[in-house]
Amino acid sequence: MGPVLLVIGEAADGHLVKLCAEVATLARTLAEAAGGSVVGLVVDAAPDAVAAELAAYLPRVVAVTAPATADETWAAHAAASARGLVDEGVTHVLAAATLDGRDVAGILVGLLDWGLLANAAGATWDGDAPVVEAMVLAGKAVTRSTLTGPTGIITVHPGAATATEAAAAGTVEARDPEAVPAVPAAVIIDRVAEAGAEVSLEEARVVVVGGRGVGGPEGFALVDELAGLLGGVTGASRASVDAGWIPYARQVGQTGKIVRPALYLGLGVSGAMQHRVGMQGSESIVVINKDPDAPMAEIADLFVVGDLFEVGPALADEIRSRRGG
Amino acid sequence: MRILVLTKPVPDPAANAERLGADLRLDRAASPTVVNGNDEYALEAALQLVEVHGGEVAILTMAPPNAIETMRKALAMGALRGVLVTDPALAGADLPTTVRVLAAAAAAESFDLLLAGLDTSDGTGGAVAAGIAARLGLPLLSAAARIEPDPAAGRVRVRRLSARGYDLLEAPMPAVISGTQALGTPRYPSLKGIMAARSRPIVTKTLADLGPGLAPEGGAWSSRVLGVEKPPSRAAGRMITVPAAEAAREVADYFVERRLI
Repeated sequence: MGPVLLVIGEAADGHLVKLCAEVATLARTLAEAAGGSVVGLVVDAAPDAVAAELAAYLPRVVAVTAPATADETWAAHAAASARGLVDEGVTHVLAAATLDGRDVAGILVGLLDWGLLANAAGATWDGDAPVVEAMVLAGKAVTRSTLTGPTGIITVHPGAATATEAAAAGTVEARDPEAVPAVPAAVIIDRVAEAGAEVSLEEARVVVVGGRGVGGPEGFALVDELAGLLGGVTGASRASVDAGWIPYARQVGQTGKIVRPALYLGLGVSGAMQHRVGMQGSESIVVINKDPDAPMAEIADLFVVGDLFEVGPALADEIRSRRGG
Repeated sequence: MRILVLTKPVPDPAANAERLGADLRLDRAASPTVVNGNDEYALEAALQLVEVHGGEVAILTMAPPNAIETMRKALAMGALRGVLVTDPALAGADLPTTVRVLAAAAAAESFDLLLAGLDTSDGTGGAVAAGIAARLGLPLLSAAARIEPDPAAGRVRVRRLSARGYDLLEAPMPAVISGTQALGTPRYPSLKGIMAARSRPIVTKTLADLGPGLAPEGGAWSSRVLGVEKPPSRAAGRMITVPAAEAAREVADYFVERRLI
């Protein structure tokens, strides 16, 4: 028999959330090591396309058509369907450590009394149980933890696995939604987009962050310009969000978004631990800052000591001229 | 309105004095504690709501007995009373136990809104509020950036952070809401508040006060820490100290090398 792992699939704009492909790959690897099986779940008003995307990573995906998720909180309905699959033998649930994924995980903890290993940065299967690595205490320590029983829940951070499709695509099985949500669902009255948030920070290949050093809201023009040139997204440190220069939705860090882009470019960011927790997994880190003693110097691949308002525009020109040439 | 706010004492992140005990769990006596940052935002929001709509803010904490000191800081901000659930059998409690105990303690109070931080700076699991909502069968409104109750209608609206901005949610009260820094900067306790906090009641409850079966026998937790290490450090990078134009060229070269442009 072996354990049965369930992957919670999330949709955004009609596509599978990138992190969920990593979660699926991780779950598939764990199931293989455990001699168990793995199944995916997509709960959405129109789940088919997303379920097909998830099935590229998993042998079997359950697609629940839940019209209610169009205007009610998704996690309440997704957790109900997940619980239904638990009744059919699922032993472990893996969800992305996103806002929605954490909601589903928390609801399931409350309903099932299962243990939770949060924010996995990596996971292996050892004997009867998964062993999860996670960053704790604002990045000051990495723990290895395990579940003591035959069931449990894992939330997964970006970078715990590299998304890799399975040798063959899996099957998609259509299902009806559960009659009752796992918790009373809240109604979504409106979905409001804020300017500059067309691409989500977590999904971006390049993130350009403005810190305290940008000096004010007008300083973000340079950040936006470089983000645009690099095909990236503008982010912010907590200092610039607290100062009111940019909305909280742009914040990178422990109390904001956890990002893991191919390039992190920091302008006037000093690198408080709070911030580093949210970006230290980036592939390349480049920082422009006046202060060579800024903590960011410890983790940057390139650290330019200089005035961001001199180096930044010069860099923008340089990128443009290389594009042109 | 009656608002109950979960406030967890956490090691002061600024003190850098966290230490792990023999069981590899956090030694909660080793470091000075503060109210968890996200809980403070939730508390601030609760205090502002009561200023507008009337009512009271109470705080609920599950922690070792010395948490009373940290709870006084929350009372000094303006909460009127506190409930501390403390029991030796809860030392090192796992998440499902924490959820069961806090849900039972919350159920013993009467509230329109149960507020909590989105996550805590020590555990960062971010699942407690959702777990409590599920245990109590209440609506969950997570990642709140703004909370707008309508006490007359018995409903609450919340701006929930989304990847693109926010979703405007509505649910009947009582409801469980988790909040973030986007709720606004917490107030500093006034001298008057600090004085008043000394005489505000903190009721201590043990597991026996909350009912049977909330914690497993002998600390048989659902999860266990096997080991703790320092995070791997990144290889030291290159420092560029040349003039701006030259530095820009070097950075652009690096981007080209890495196929970023």
